Amino acid sequence: MRERPISTVPKSALLLLTLGLSLQLVWHAGQPQHLAQAEDLPPAPSLSALKIISFGEPIALAKALMLYLQAFDNQPGLRIPFHKLDYNRVEVWLGRILELDSPGQYPLLAASRLYGEVTDETRQRQMHNFIYQRFFDDPNHRWPWLAYVAVTSKHQLHDLPLARKYAQAIRLNATGNEVPHWAKQMEIFILEDLNELESAKVLIGGLLESGQISDGHELRFLERRLQEMETKAKTK
Amino acid sequence: MIKQIQTIAFYTLMEALRNRLMWLVVLVALTGIGLSGFLGEIAITESRQVQVALLAAFLRFSSVFLIATFVVTSMVRELNDKGLELVLSLPLPRAGYLLGKLAGFAALAIVPALLFGLLTLFFTPHTQAALWTISLIGELWIVAAFSLLCVLSFNQSMTALSAVMAFYLLSRSIAALLLIGKGTSGANTISQQAINFILDIIAALLPRLDNFTSTEWLVYHSGTWAALLPLLAQTGIYLALLSGAALFDLYRKNL
Repeated sequence: MRERPISTVPKSALLLLTLGLSLQLVWHAGQPQHLAQAEDLPPAPSLSALKIISFGEPIALAKALMLYLQAFDNQPGLRIPFHKLDYNRVEVWLGRILELDSPGQYPLLAASRLYGEVTDETRQRQMHNFIYQRFFDDPNHRWPWLAYVAVTSKHQLHDLPLARKYAQAIRLNATGNEVPHWAKQMEIFILEDLNELESAKVLIGGLLESGQISDGHELRFLERRLQEMETKAKTK
Repeated sequence: MIKQIQTIAFYTLMEALRNRLMWLVVLVALTGIGLSGFLGEIAITESRQVQVALLAAFLRFSSVFLIATFVVTSMVRELNDKGLELVLSLPLPRAGYLLGKLAGFAALAIVPALLFGLLTLFFTPHTQAALWTISLIGELWIVAAFSLLCVLSFNQSMTALSAVMAFYLLSRSIAALLLIGKGTSGANTISQQAINFILDIIAALLPRLDNFTSTEWLVYHSGTWAALLPLLAQTGIYLALLSGAALFDLYRKNL
């Protein structure tokens, strides 16, 4: 059906349209900017509630929730340092996401390399413990995160017994064929006299070689982290 | 009657294709790619998995919404235009009309399912994409048949669409509701038992759509042809049930 020309529209209707559009734009421009206030992370819903609202798509919901949780360090107009977040809530969120999508590794990466990298030792230990607890649910696939926190425990927390405990857990529980030989001998690696940068390089190199890391985004993220560590080591 | 069914199915499909529905399907596909691509870029790891999981969920819900809306609006228009009376005044049994309409909507459902299935090929192996697509076709057929039944029962777009959406969402979440109901510790009261009994009855009447079109197949490549067989059986059984109900309703209708 062909439409009639614009000239057939009454001038009053055109005027109303223009006026409405202009007023909307002016109204929007006059609105105050979002205040840079750190919004508290809300408590995680129960697993039952999440299962219902996933409508049979738990994996898609888990991936979306992970992005939502991750966005809490980067709200409009403000980057909230991780240590300002309520870590008890963060831990529950990460646990729920893992329960919705148990083969997913994203919550463990976030726990070890984002939330576990704060300068606050209590929070760091909380995240390490979270990874340690969750490691036992699927040791053959979750060992890289425990290996990482073993290294961090040694170099950042200076807690060698804790690092050895994590390394021992890998040796005793991650016994599958897919786990590389060097990972099963993490205890030796922990006891070696390497600094943090060298340890991180060995660990990441080993993970790359065994094909545990293939995602381009994760590779870039790790490269950035290594560069930061190198810069930090040079300035010391 | 086969010839008449084919004719009605053909014109139902033609109506959909001339109705710019395909443009909408393409628009949904492009939106899905854009949205999931954006979210995949934000991810620090598992970016491909994030992208395909969100894309698959978006495409699945969108295709269900599109098919349900088209079936309901097309049938309501036909009822309002007295098209149904006109067709049934011809030497055509009511069953022929209904089965023709069902066949037309079923053929239509294959189009978005195939297009969306092709999109998933960019992220996942062929077998997994094929399983997902076939399962989506089954899911869309059930939704189309239920939409047709609702229109014949309610004769109104609003009520029919609301009923279809309620049916779909309940079918997707009934397994979780049952688990929660049965897993409540210490709540063995009469009211709890009554609720569980009602939930059991509802679950027995609904198809287990949460097992259909699993995103897990695309993300973790865990789908097998054996897993598809029960879904095909469920599709066949439920289509028979819905066709029977729709025929029952149509034959009782006083035109």
